[in-house]
Amino acid sequence: MATLEIRDLHVSVEAEGGPTEILRGVDLTVKQGETHAIMGPNGSGKSTLAYSLAGHPKYTVTGGTVTLDGEDVLEMSVDERARAGVFLAMQYPVEVPGVSVSNFLRTSATAVRGEAPKLRTWVKEVKEAMARLEMDPAFAERNVNEGFSGGEKKRHEILQLELLKPKIAILDETDSGLDIDALRIVSEGVNRVRANGESGTLLITHYTRILRYINPDHVHVFAGGRIVESGGPELADKLEAEGYEAYTKGGGVS
Amino acid sequence: MAEAPTNPVALAAESTVATRMSAPPSFDVADFPVPTGREEEWRFTPLERLRGLHDGSAAATAGGSVKAEVTTPEGSGVTVETVSRDDARVGKAGTPVDRVAAQAFSAVEKATVITVPAEAVLTEPVRVSVHGEGGVTFGHTVFRIGAFAEVVLVLDHTGDTVRAANVDFVVGDGAKVTVVSVQDWADTAVHCSQHNALVGRDATFKSVVVTFGGDVVRIHPRVTYAGPGGEAELYGLYFTDGGQHQEHRLLVDHSAPNCRSNVAYKGALQGADAHAVWIGDVVIQAAATGTDTYELNRNLVLTDGARVDSVPNLEIETGEIAGAGHASATGRFEDEQLFYLMARGIPEEEARRLVVRGFFAELIQQIGVPDVEERLIAKLTAELERSIA
Repeated sequence: MATLEIRDLHVSVEAEGGPTEILRGVDLTVKQGETHAIMGPNGSGKSTLAYSLAGHPKYTVTGGTVTLDGEDVLEMSVDERARAGVFLAMQYPVEVPGVSVSNFLRTSATAVRGEAPKLRTWVKEVKEAMARLEMDPAFAERNVNEGFSGGEKKRHEILQLELLKPKIAILDETDSGLDIDALRIVSEGVNRVRANGESGTLLITHYTRILRYINPDHVHVFAGGRIVESGGPELADKLEAEGYEAYTKGGGVS
Repeated sequence: MAEAPTNPVALAAESTVATRMSAPPSFDVADFPVPTGREEEWRFTPLERLRGLHDGSAAATAGGSVKAEVTTPEGSGVTVETVSRDDARVGKAGTPVDRVAAQAFSAVEKATVITVPAEAVLTEPVRVSVHGEGGVTFGHTVFRIGAFAEVVLVLDHTGDTVRAANVDFVVGDGAKVTVVSVQDWADTAVHCSQHNALVGRDATFKSVVVTFGGDVVRIHPRVTYAGPGGEAELYGLYFTDGGQHQEHRLLVDHSAPNCRSNVAYKGALQGADAHAVWIGDVVIQAAATGTDTYELNRNLVLTDGARVDSVPNLEIETGEIAGAGHASATGRFEDEQLFYLMARGIPEEEARRLVVRGFFAELIQQIGVPDVEERLIAKLTAELERSIA
């Protein structure tokens, strides 16, 4: 059973006045089949947590551990983490000019699965996954994220999630910038992956809106670079009613 | 056949393009002073690595050789002649604009004239391959494309030589010509070449300059229009490795009305002292109303220690044009792209290859000659394997 364990994680970024600590001791365990929502105000360090887990070079881990089924994630390069089963759906997916979506998806699936998927089944697999996300087949021939609308970018992220079937899916503000239709389609994609029961999901969000579509098992409030309160779905209802004010009195980070 | 205007580069005296030249265009090397490196047109070029092409010493020791082959499609009617430099057909598309081009013209005794008959539509390319076998060599090749002919010309440069050579393209009215010039020299070669295209009325001239090899490569693609309605597309692709100097200096001289030009050059650089230079001059003369022109240069710097000089220059002497613009950008390899691809499990080397191939892909798709496109992709892949691995 896949388990991501984060223990006392401290992370800094290089800022003008020297290194600035953003994460100040994060503890969290995400197991296969579970969905954890991490909610917090802007600047609380939620995205830093997401990018640190994926291994973005901008962030320096200064303390703590992250393991996936006992393996040291922090020792792995970015691509090794992805192949080990960590997937980050990004808030701002990057344009890669001249690289088609179909080429990108196949290259990625080949790397993660350890062998090139058989062409015939692969084409069908992609086509069906795209249809479920209500994506035009012509989309596959466009360059990765180039000229995509906000909704197209997020659907493309979830398409990858569905195809790569990670052990741990980290969704960084996947709901931001989506209209209600796109939010529904994207959420349905996430729910299909959850329904397989093979992935653990870490849903990072500022708003409670997406939780109407994706029901978390656990809700955590993130403030000042750490988890300050954990609970069940009822905690989201409280946040919806009261906002983050109670958690930000000490001031957020950055 | 189109004939060159008597003074194809009749620029205003205050024009930057004119003032950059050390001397007016001339076929005689003696009309140009020996460059010192301080001249605007030479300031980016490492003169000491030209092996004497610029100061007469190379010409004095000429005696190298190249193996040159011309392949023409069977039954195409294309003729290949070796003629004296004094032949009336030589030097009609343009005049040497710097000392090395004039040196080439002054040093050659024979020129090759390749003629594509009017209205011939060739399904296979005409290929000219030049393989350097050491030493100093000079050359002059003339392509005469008859009216309404359609042809692809492929010029291949391989091997090792110190070479100055001029190439003329006289493009007849309504003809459609694609030229692909590949500089795939050995790492020690030196190559300076002025490409002169004289584009006939309503003709289309597409030039694709691809530079991979050589110690110093300096190419001068130039376009003038013999009549209205002509169209020129100038594409370039270079991959500059450590220690290489690759310089592309373009001029599009809009002297006739309603002509179009589009320039797009892209280069990737990798390694210490890789140096790419791109000069893009576009002149729209007062008579060239209705001109539509755009030029672009993009560079992707893959490692520290590489240097790019990119200078677009647009001179407009009439307001009655359809459009004119330019863009130049030099970017570092984008770490965010690398992160995105690696976060999908793609190993770093493969991710870099994807990004670099992607950077060139759009340009390669513009070539429109499938076998050339495939070859370039293969070549690019090989270059990437060699330098990134």
